Amino acid sequence: MRAHVYKRNHINTDEIIPARYLNMDKEAELAKFAMEDLDKEFVSKVEAGDVIIAGENFGCGSSREHAVWALRGAGVKAVIADSFARIFYRNCINNGFLAIECQGVSECIENGSEIEINVKDGKIKDLSNGKEYTFSALPDFAQEMLDVGGLLNLITKK
Amino acid sequence: MGQTITEKILARHAGKDSVKPGDLVNAKLDLIMCHDVTTTPAIDMLKAHGITKVFDPEKIVIMPDHFVPNKDIKSAEMIRKIRLWADEVGIETFYELGNHGVCHALLPEQGHVKPGMTLVGADSHTCTHGALGAFSTGIGSTDLAAALATGELWFKVPPTILFNVTGTLKDGVYAKDIILEIIRRIGVDGARYKAMEFKGNVIDALSIEARMTITNMAIEAGGKSGIIAADTKTLAYLKDRTEGEYEILQSDDDAEYEQIIDIDVSDLEPMVAFPHLPDNGKAVSEIKEKIKIDQAYIGSCTNGRIEDLRVAAEYFKGHKVAKGTRCIVIPATTDIWKQANKEGLLDIFMEAGATVSSPTCGACLGGHMGIIAGGEKCISTTNRNFVGRMGSPDSEVYLASPATVAASAVNGYISDPRKAVGE
Repeated sequence: MRAHVYKRNHINTDEIIPARYLNMDKEAELAKFAMEDLDKEFVSKVEAGDVIIAGENFGCGSSREHAVWALRGAGVKAVIADSFARIFYRNCINNGFLAIECQGVSECIENGSEIEINVKDGKIKDLSNGKEYTFSALPDFAQEMLDVGGLLNLITKK
Repeated sequence: MGQTITEKILARHAGKDSVKPGDLVNAKLDLIMCHDVTTTPAIDMLKAHGITKVFDPEKIVIMPDHFVPNKDIKSAEMIRKIRLWADEVGIETFYELGNHGVCHALLPEQGHVKPGMTLVGADSHTCTHGALGAFSTGIGSTDLAAALATGELWFKVPPTILFNVTGTLKDGVYAKDIILEIIRRIGVDGARYKAMEFKGNVIDALSIEARMTITNMAIEAGGKSGIIAADTKTLAYLKDRTEGEYEILQSDDDAEYEQIIDIDVSDLEPMVAFPHLPDNGKAVSEIKEKIKIDQAYIGSCTNGRIEDLRVAAEYFKGHKVAKGTRCIVIPATTDIWKQANKEGLLDIFMEAGATVSSPTCGACLGGHMGIIAGGEKCISTTNRNFVGRMGSPDSEVYLASPATVAASAVNGYISDPRKAVGE
């Protein structure tokens, strides 16, 4: 998986999916505009299975879950950030979408690096130089939601 | 060990005697607020999972507000879907056009919010309602779907930061300036995941509407919620709006706060948050350059209430909006619109050359009615000034109080509301 690294804090939901597209809510539609106000080229660069790496407070701002859907729809497999804004992080967990908090990672991994994530062991490996970074395992309930594919599946199962 | 109001509310709704920060609880919800943008996906999720009922139609309120009156076919289809679904599941409290308003102004105005309750809304500014002593937080669409189906949600009990706001506010300085100053001090992630509790003689002296301006922007510091203990002003506000019982809770004297921040506002000046983050605040006297503005916007869940309009109107009496500047005034709800009309405020705005529109959130998020072009600058009473927030990613948004925005509209550049305007 290739890393798209944005060494910036407070990347917000208006940048991830601007409100002018909130008259849509399907992943495939939203995907066309992912990250548009931050990086106009993102959609043409991203490939299925890639990850985004960013600084502190990723996803701050609106509660629009469209931000998670736009990224997932565009092929993003996971977001790794120094830290996440609360509602965005919650939306990721509820969607069974991988959001990994790993302090300092945005400063260490270079844009375009190939990386590997081992969720179970809490490890990110930078294949360009072999360096490893560790993150705290997801809380049990978050792991469970990831396993079943989100909160609604969990509720229906119960 | 004592508890904060937030801990007490969450404990009661989770069926526990007490909770502490970090505890994961399942809390029963007293109220769920839905609007047009985030509810349609929740409906699709419910249907996809075969869920055909909501837990309690009487605890659900629907308030389309972002793209109303419908801005295009897609948004019209979204709201129609919500309307039809509300009928299917028996939700009667639907604020249709004509009784509509910006949800965070409308919800308390119409008496849906009470102290001690838990409420969630699929909108980040749901933290507003903590001004009445409720635990109130913003959620996404999946949480909304789960809440609608089950009437409860998982929460991690947040630690609380106490803001003790004291001193005396000077003329021309308002609640908006206080919260912009707080966010400037702690940063846009200074209260990430935390409850922000506000108290002190300055908070006591604020009206309920002004308190809502403060709790409204808790999310702009990353907060999970903002809360102010209910007092006699709260009771007076609720008296003619609500029925039924509610419990007034206070934080215990020995409650454990993660941090206590004392803020003396006696020397606080009008604040302006520069692009592109709400924590980029400057005191108005620090602004040396003349920043010409293309648009001035007065409205939103932060500052579109009647008191805000009264303050703004004072600046337009006998003055005109500056040539080359557009001014948009949007009363946040239908009742506020009617009241402003009755008081002659709308005439004052329009005589000055401002335009007055039907309630909507639209312009605040660059969605509808008042979008700005590349290269343009807007001074706004709203809550966010992110890149592209009100339109083109090449535009700029400056956040300020209704007084500062109105003074700037008359002068055509960002201005100190304490000085004479239009000269």
